[in-house]
Amino acid sequence: MTALLLIEQTLNGLQLGVMLFLMAAGLTLVFGIMNMINLAHGSLYMVGAYCAALFLEWTGSFVLAALLALPATLLVGLVVEIVVLRTLYERDHLDQVLATFGLILFFNEAVHLVGGAEALYLDLPTFLKGQVEIIPGSPYPLYRLVVIAVGLAVALGLYLLVTRTRTGMLIRAGASNRAMLSALGVNVRLLFTAVFGLGAMLAGLGGVMAGPTVSVQSGMGENVLILAFVVIVIGGIGSIRGAFVAALLIGLIDTMGRAFMADIMGLVMSHAAAQTAGPTVASMLIYLLMAGVLFFRPQGLFPPRGR
Amino acid sequence: MKARTIALAAAFALTATLSAQAADKVKIGYVTTLSKGPAAIGKQMQDAVELALDHLGKKMGNLPVEVVYVDDEFDPEIGKLRSEELVKKDKVDFVSGFIWSNVLLQARQPVFKANTFLISSNAGPHELAGKECSPWFFSTSWQNDQMPEAMGKYMTDAGIKRVYILSPNYPAGRDMVAGFKRTYKGEIVGETLTPWPQHADWSAEFAKIRAAQPKPDAIFVFYPGGAGVNFVKQYAQSGLKDTMPLYNVFTTDSTTLKAQGDAALGLLSTMSWGPDLQNDANKRFVADFKKKYGYIPSFYAAQAYDSIMLIASAVKAVNGKIEDKEAVRKALKASDFASVRGQVKFNNNHFPIENFYIQEVVKDADGNYDTRIKGTVLLAHADAYGAKECKMK
Repeated sequence: MTALLLIEQTLNGLQLGVMLFLMAAGLTLVFGIMNMINLAHGSLYMVGAYCAALFLEWTGSFVLAALLALPATLLVGLVVEIVVLRTLYERDHLDQVLATFGLILFFNEAVHLVGGAEALYLDLPTFLKGQVEIIPGSPYPLYRLVVIAVGLAVALGLYLLVTRTRTGMLIRAGASNRAMLSALGVNVRLLFTAVFGLGAMLAGLGGVMAGPTVSVQSGMGENVLILAFVVIVIGGIGSIRGAFVAALLIGLIDTMGRAFMADIMGLVMSHAAAQTAGPTVASMLIYLLMAGVLFFRPQGLFPPRGR
Repeated sequence: MKARTIALAAAFALTATLSAQAADKVKIGYVTTLSKGPAAIGKQMQDAVELALDHLGKKMGNLPVEVVYVDDEFDPEIGKLRSEELVKKDKVDFVSGFIWSNVLLQARQPVFKANTFLISSNAGPHELAGKECSPWFFSTSWQNDQMPEAMGKYMTDAGIKRVYILSPNYPAGRDMVAGFKRTYKGEIVGETLTPWPQHADWSAEFAKIRAAQPKPDAIFVFYPGGAGVNFVKQYAQSGLKDTMPLYNVFTTDSTTLKAQGDAALGLLSTMSWGPDLQNDANKRFVADFKKKYGYIPSFYAAQAYDSIMLIASAVKAVNGKIEDKEAVRKALKASDFASVRGQVKFNNNHFPIENFYIQEVVKDADGNYDTRIKGTVLLAHADAYGAKECKMK
């Protein structure tokens, strides 16, 4: 029984992990290459989910809505980059934090105006509902498996993009030494815009995929944003590989903590106390991990080379 | 120096006489959440307050009414700050609203200290019902424990032997668990308190429930607002809906039903009010509300409407002399108004003694999601703390 539970919780952890990766990938590229702190990354996640919900109402098809939501989020991302962020690259981090925090407030109110105060309806099509018995006797939601599959596919795609293509080479070069890249005649500004758009679209994809399982409402991106920052700090800022490993690590640790911490603590304290304290301690685990990584390896687990 | 002291004393004397003068209007401060995720709830309450003012002709007794809405931003500290401003800067005569127990617990001190009545439209933490009950506090909702007490009784009567409990870990969440345990006589197989408000994924908890030994017959939850949307959607997707029934409090209501969709259909909850509750005041409230705003009101709206109607009944009873706080208190305590919740009396701690019903989520003829009352669970039910712990008479 426990072994089955362990497998199921591992899947849950993987699912959380790939969702975090989608958020963290964009964040780490933007932070690593442009040295830009973008707090509004969570807003792009929210924009993705809102676009999907609105397009679903409009078209009636989940797949179509999801496919339309991605370019829509990309567009929003590009507009944000061109209108707001471009002016901030040369400023210090505090200015960037202030301005992008302003963007969060702007987007939260904007979706309020567009979608109303109530949470929006975003449900799965029938063919994605239902459960699969990968483990006999323990049905697992089909959609969560789809999320894992899409997440891993995107991760693979990104890996190939970054390691095997010319654009990827430029991205890596940008993360290592921006000034040198610019001196070699590469249009860094265009590269920035492209990378930011890519990051926005990935965040949007995260939002689209989370939409059917969570409440699509104003401010939904903020919790995910905090976790994504934890991921990139642990993984090493600017590193896709680090973001991937750290995202899975955090997904697994967080899920396992929630699943088993109360029972483990029950071994050393009273049952009632463990049931109350367990979830609280479990929600601290990832921050403890981050503190540990910062202490022993401040550059993160997989920092980009050449820094 | 001396002249200044005298001037100051004169100024004080002047304000004293001014404040002793008869009021020329009733000023109500209304604290609710108007931004962030739970803004839909605050919007419903605001709509209901406006409807109540329409029904009153914007007058209480002979006095015109002014309502100042403030946003607690879903944050106890900000709720406290704004409430303090209401009594100090705006000098309101009544403070009302409050969705969240943790916000109310923070915000009450400055209001009570300013000798201002606070009428809760929703939150009902047990602290205010028991040892820390206050003559300045009234509620047109319920004490938190009452709702799960009704559900505990219903599930016991329905012969449900084993239950797994999920609830958020904050004051109201803990009250819900305590209330449920007070009346539920079966076995509680497991209980998980999840972090609040950031917890958004229950896959780990669902796996735990599925693996729990002995196997639970049902799940009992409390997840208000957006958390309820997340939870109910994931509960349906996990496949548990087909094997393990879900009983809830405050998780399926008109603020969440649209986003929950079919996932919520058939779910049972207990409530002290429903849009289909049969009494004249409620028929008028629900019909006019739908007409004015085009959606079905939730219990949040109904209780907000009752808060204003309670205040109006008291202002009328004292003939507009709202500066006589003792008389106002007596009039509030009398609860002499047509509540949309039917017959309601106040317990010694000023929490309502009222009926609790079991209701089911249905789809009505127009395809809207709504709730239908299936039966009465508890008649004229008083909270568990007033008689035992509150010293007020």
